[in-house]
Amino acid sequence: MQELKSKPESKPAASEYATEPEGEASAAGTKNDELLKLENLSINYKVHDGYLSAVNHVNMTIRKGEIFAVVGESGCGKSTVAHSILRLLPDKDTKITGKILFKGQDLSTFNEKQIEKVRGRQIGMIFQNPLDSLNPVYRVGTQVEEAILLDNPDKAAAKKKTVSLFRDVRLPDAELRAESYPHELSGGMRQRVMIAMMLSRTPELLIADEPTTALDVTIEAQILDILKRLKNTYGTSIMLITHNFGLVAEIADRIGVMYAGEMVETGDVFEIFRNPRHPYTKLLMQALPRRSKKEGRLKTIDGMVPRITDDKPCCRFANRCPSASERCFKESPAAVDFGNGHICRCFEAEGAESVKVNG
Amino acid sequence: MLELRGLCKYFHTPGGMFSSDRKPIRAVDGVSFKVHRGEIVGLVGESGSGKTTLARVVLGLTEMTAGDVIIDGIDLGKATRQDMKKLHSEVAVVFQDPASNLNPRQTVESSIMRPMILHKVPKEEARKRAGEVMDMVKMDRQYLESYPHQLSGGQLQRISIARALALQPKLMILDEPTSALDVSVQAQILNLLLDLQDSLHLTYLVITHDLNVIRYISDRIAVMYLGKLVEFGPAEEIAVNPAHPYTKSLMDSAPILDPELRGREKKLLTGDPGSLVKIGKGCRFCDRCDFCEDHCRKEEPKETDFGDGRIVFCHHPLIDVSAPAGTKDVAV
Repeated sequence: MQELKSKPESKPAASEYATEPEGEASAAGTKNDELLKLENLSINYKVHDGYLSAVNHVNMTIRKGEIFAVVGESGCGKSTVAHSILRLLPDKDTKITGKILFKGQDLSTFNEKQIEKVRGRQIGMIFQNPLDSLNPVYRVGTQVEEAILLDNPDKAAAKKKTVSLFRDVRLPDAELRAESYPHELSGGMRQRVMIAMMLSRTPELLIADEPTTALDVTIEAQILDILKRLKNTYGTSIMLITHNFGLVAEIADRIGVMYAGEMVETGDVFEIFRNPRHPYTKLLMQALPRRSKKEGRLKTIDGMVPRITDDKPCCRFANRCPSASERCFKESPAAVDFGNGHICRCFEAEGAESVKVNG
Repeated sequence: MLELRGLCKYFHTPGGMFSSDRKPIRAVDGVSFKVHRGEIVGLVGESGSGKTTLARVVLGLTEMTAGDVIIDGIDLGKATRQDMKKLHSEVAVVFQDPASNLNPRQTVESSIMRPMILHKVPKEEARKRAGEVMDMVKMDRQYLESYPHQLSGGQLQRISIARALALQPKLMILDEPTSALDVSVQAQILNLLLDLQDSLHLTYLVITHDLNVIRYISDRIAVMYLGKLVEFGPAEEIAVNPAHPYTKSLMDSAPILDPELRGREKKLLTGDPGSLVKIGKGCRFCDRCDFCEDHCRKEEPKETDFGDGRIVFCHHPLIDVSAPAGTKDVAV
């Protein structure tokens, strides 16, 4: 299992994206801004006679203090990417190639002990269902203290810090709540406890995997508010994984759209909402119900997201794409930079007057 | 088509061995509204607001505590066996998670035929009808032979809709029909539901917490909070110009679909919806309301009719009774 992840093949399709750093860096200012950078990340699951490609050559950069949203439908590989960063995928059955650079260090070469130091302290993660992440037989305060005690073995201080963290995430009656068990809290409160637990070790990057999917809209709005404040006060970068364009429009700085394991479009959130270039992004935006049915039926995308076991055309969206040509089935499109870090993989979008970077 | 008059459904907390104070949980408390034939009414509210309980009562799955439910002229409380039988074929339901509502060990065809068989439709006819409803939901007939695990979420939801259509219902209750689905599939299902409603002149009661969906699909919207109806009226009016403070905050927390709207003024609700057990005398929204005054806590608000088909239960409605509908857009 060691050799599976220790030697990422650096070259094969790297040329496609080779110049991305310059483009990204020039938009961001300096290269030091980059906190997490995925380079040609591919994840394959082992099945009895070969590998299935779950994630294919994904490139993305999360800068310091920004909220990067990864959007896509289910089965597009969003969570797989997130889990691979903290190496939460089963080692034995996954083959990861490419680089996961966190502050310049390649996490994919770390051993278990080294990655243990990254988890929680440098990169925190919250999941969709907070009840699954909390131990039902311990008080929530104790569980947060446990995280604090890992770094600083002063019990009284830990208790105090827990309460102040609970206040930070706007948990009502913070002292009282620290004594509660998870089942006594509502869904929104539990998610707040999880966020407090993450905050306790002040990670530089927070990975939030569908953090509000299980919550009511009113509570969702509150949690988003907390995440936004987190970014502003602690300067934490957030990787937000969601299928909900509403969240993206509300808090993301940049977004990456994934389809069938590939990152099809990335860019600034305003730019992408105003001017989506990839047909999948365009259709997805048009499929969202806005206003009322009197203004006509919604646009739909024929067919469905291919399963991991399905044969996919070269451009993985080709068979559902209204503007696909023969070329799309034979060649896979390279990532093209349209300026300002707006990157899209599509022949159609490329056709327009565009500056192709190192195609 | 459907009329609710003062519908109540109370559950009871289990009392202790020695205590006799079994407290009622007023899940649905005095809800009245009418759904006209061929109309789509959306029912919104946070979890615990009694939306699903209300639907279960209308479906006859739960007995009501008080009030009247009149479906197509039949009073549910006084219905005879024959009446009930008629109702069962006239009212159909589609639930949230299609995978858990289809028998995994039966083919799609037998799942669709099942309600017809129960209603004594001859087998051959039922089989024919199964093919027809598959066409209606735009699924290939070859899938009749499939088992649920072979199909995707969107396909399963189409099958659930097909099954609901099998007995030619007049009223369909859709409980979170698209919550479990992806955006692109959600659009397909919403379009399908609207097409079916057009061609078959169905009446829908749609329950969902997705405010963008409800605004898109509904003709009228009913907003519930802790078992009470707080506002009811035409969809656009309610979405654009809500009169109840709760509706306003609900609409404000609806996800925006354009980052340009980010800086908009909005009122976020604090806290959680309260408990249904400890309910005071007054307005149930008091604890989270900005406009709450003393008499709000003491007196339950009465129905205010705004004339444009809108009713609001609030002591301090946000719009003037005589004011024309505003044009300010809140949730796009």
